[in-house]
Amino acid sequence: MRPLKIIVLAKQVPDTRNVGPDAMKPDGTVNRGKLSTIFNPDDLHALELALNIKDRVAGSEVIVLTMGPKRAADIIREGYYRGADNGIMISDKRFGGADTLATSYTLVKGINKLAPFDLILGGRQAIDGDTAQVGPQCADKLKIPQVTYVEEILEIRDKEIIAKRRLEKGVETVSSTFPCLMTVHGSSPDCRSRHAKKVMKYKYARTETELRSADEMLISLHQKRPHLTIPEWSVEDINADMDKIGLSGSPTKVKSVESVVLTSSEAKILSDSDVDIENMIKELIEHHTIG
Amino acid sequence: MKSVFVYCEVENKKVAEISQELLSAGKRLAQKLGCPLEAMVFGSKLKDISKQIAPYGVDKLYVADDERLEPYRTLPHAALATEILKKQNPQIVLFGATSVGRDLAPRIASVLNCGLTADCTILDIGDHFVKKEKKEYKDLLYAIRPAFGGSIMANIINWDMHPQMATVREGVMKKEIFDADYSTEIINIDVNSIVKDEDFIVKIIERHIEESDVNLKEAPIIVAGGYGVGSKENFQHLKDLADLLGGEVGGSRAAVDAGFIDHNRQIGQTGTTVRPKLYIAAGISGAIQHTAGMQDASMIISINNDPDAPINKLADYVIEGDLGEVVPKMIKYYKKNAK
Repeated sequence: MRPLKIIVLAKQVPDTRNVGPDAMKPDGTVNRGKLSTIFNPDDLHALELALNIKDRVAGSEVIVLTMGPKRAADIIREGYYRGADNGIMISDKRFGGADTLATSYTLVKGINKLAPFDLILGGRQAIDGDTAQVGPQCADKLKIPQVTYVEEILEIRDKEIIAKRRLEKGVETVSSTFPCLMTVHGSSPDCRSRHAKKVMKYKYARTETELRSADEMLISLHQKRPHLTIPEWSVEDINADMDKIGLSGSPTKVKSVESVVLTSSEAKILSDSDVDIENMIKELIEHHTIG
Repeated sequence: MKSVFVYCEVENKKVAEISQELLSAGKRLAQKLGCPLEAMVFGSKLKDISKQIAPYGVDKLYVADDERLEPYRTLPHAALATEILKKQNPQIVLFGATSVGRDLAPRIASVLNCGLTADCTILDIGDHFVKKEKKEYKDLLYAIRPAFGGSIMANIINWDMHPQMATVREGVMKKEIFDADYSTEIINIDVNSIVKDEDFIVKIIERHIEESDVNLKEAPIIVAGGYGVGSKENFQHLKDLADLLGGEVGGSRAAVDAGFIDHNRQIGQTGTTVRPKLYIAAGISGAIQHTAGMQDASMIISINNDPDAPINKLADYVIEGDLGEVVPKMIKYYKKNAK
């Protein structure tokens, strides 16, 4: 089996379990600076799937590609710690405010710089939007087939790959030719943990921006070991059309947001006594809620 | 032409529940806009399919009937849909937020270079003033959806890159027949003139779809249990209560993950959305993931040891106590008092 070149699309996301309305800017977009960030959970599953393929097909290469603000470099380092071979950041203020259409355009411009490739893997969806759109939109722009909701890779052959998909009411086994794009379902295996040796090796990995404020020791280390420098691609580096990126490339706009507060209705508080429960049942019958 | 378009999912000659909901929602939007409702359906052996679709008030139905179109695969369906949408140029296109719709709609949005809002729970029509252009855009689609794990509701609009597309969550739009005898114009699509051989490059080798016998959405009464129920055996008490009241039993994600109850009975953002007359939440704390799928119940009873469980804020009755005692008592006093 020939080695495969695999690109993993990964996103740094706000930890949406703890979001208040103060985390939104007046224009309705997210104020990412106010939130703690994590590696998007489904994307970690995609990384595991990629590393699993690399285990099975010797010589395969796993590249983590992320688009985001400067601090998304953490995603690249995390990828390295877990076994990725390379990492690239697409980062430029002008990419900010992108919806899924502008994001997929930007990612594809970056992917094209890495072509040819065999496989693009990404999480099914990101927890900050839950849209599940960027994967299929990238596949369309790359003119390659897509296989969504992948749970397991059953077989890898020279010209095709066989995967199990998790659908809402069942499973489906499909084959696709290379190159193709797959989105990975959260029911696939969890990502392996960090590898101690790789952490030692890559904890000094920095983007060019980060190096600008680094101390001399780190700078000279990067001169000796250039692979530690994480490439950072700007609008010009990927030759992106300004009309198709960021807010101006995004057809969907947030008109307004409302925070959801669980409304405190006038609940009747009851004990588990016989009297309380019998009275409640009587009320429900009286109001024809139960009959 | 100005119109609202719905992509209908079909399998084994049956139009999916979600698509019927979408047709109803689409008709309401079309009436607000004073424009026709159109639909497209791609599958196999669809000779009489219009009978299931027309009553929702569909003015034009595009049918592509070819055995290769079922089960659903992305590329042939995307090719057909984009071709039709390019020609008809509707204002609004709706898809189900299902494993099919969420696979297909983004691919189409990319081809058409238009906006797509995922997982909407409310659709409406309204205006928007764009300050930069000093221009008021009339009759836009308001695609309203929960975001950030359900902590906010966002109204998403798209004024300049049409069509305005949205996927809509299953179970949130009310299904209503518009006119049982509605007359629909049927347009049969010549599949071979649009779909190419290479669109079938992804092959389905095997498929297991479970026909669900569970109908949570239609149940007037639901007794749902959470992780707090503690075991599969304890769930039997909830089932007894549900059976007695003529309802169904459901569970939270935590209960499903713990193996207490089947995943096809999961209620919440990643399960079924329900709106019963009565919802009894037993041992459910009330994570947004869960409440997003049941908060529209007419009446909610929460049974919980924890007086501060978030679900109590939604409840009409809060019973502070142990499930093991409360549920048998409810059974007992229902039997005693029901006529």
